[in-house]
Amino acid sequence: MKISTVKELLNAKVLCGEDELDRHVYSACGCDMMSDVLAYVKDQAVLLTGLVNPQVVRTAVMMDMVCIVFVRSKQPTEAILTLAENAGIVVMATDMRLYEACGRLYSNGLQKDEVKEDV
Amino acid sequence: MSEPLVFHYDVDGTDFTSAGTASVAVKKSLRQLGLPSEVIRKLSIAMYEGEINMVIHASGGTADVIVTEDYVDIVLKDQGPGIEDVDKAMQEGYSTATAEIHSLGFGAGMGLPNMKRYSDEMSIETELGVGTTVKMRIFIN
Repeated sequence: MKISTVKELLNAKVLCGEDELDRHVYSACGCDMMSDVLAYVKDQAVLLTGLVNPQVVRTAVMMDMVCIVFVRSKQPTEAILTLAENAGIVVMATDMRLYEACGRLYSNGLQKDEVKEDV
Repeated sequence: MSEPLVFHYDVDGTDFTSAGTASVAVKKSLRQLGLPSEVIRKLSIAMYEGEINMVIHASGGTADVIVTEDYVDIVLKDQGPGIEDVDKAMQEGYSTATAEIHSLGFGAGMGLPNMKRYSDEMSIETELGVGTTVKMRIFIN
């Protein structure tokens, strides 16, 4: 799924990485515990989280993730956005809760660890 | 590459905001060396979990990354309280972290298990009241 599709499905606002919206994500993880993210997520994933701190970005860097979505209208600080920008990670924010945001991506074809046809 | 390359980092334990900085720096350096991406990912995740542990439990410490032709070693050393029960600490879900640490997204009891999962060899030397040294090795091929 293209990052631009993630943006549309979640009615999200892009906070950094506007130029990277054509990149693809192949799996997603909705999680506030970063160690769980580090245990299970696959390549080129999108991370959806309600946790807002620099470790969210560093966790994404470690996992080679390409996109972070902050849910429930959480706003990252400038310092967090700078970290993400330096790492080439797209950051978005949505009003949706984690459950709904994950559900929308899942039901539109972004499913666990699967490489799906682009939608 | 005949001589091993050594990267040394001091891990600041006073400010959680900076936790993970050394691991991000290591990942960048190893990419420049051209190591396989799967190796880089495994070892940077293992080091990241270890670095977070040092900040959470031991007020920081030191991290050394030694790159040879065949493997990469990570040595994490702290002068923290030591680990009371290493077997328990290795169980997924077991944690002694505080509620404050949970609110920061860590302390799920996955730190040491993840370090073991992503390294090929791992050893822990710990003494209560003295500190802990964790050594991890990841083979390149």
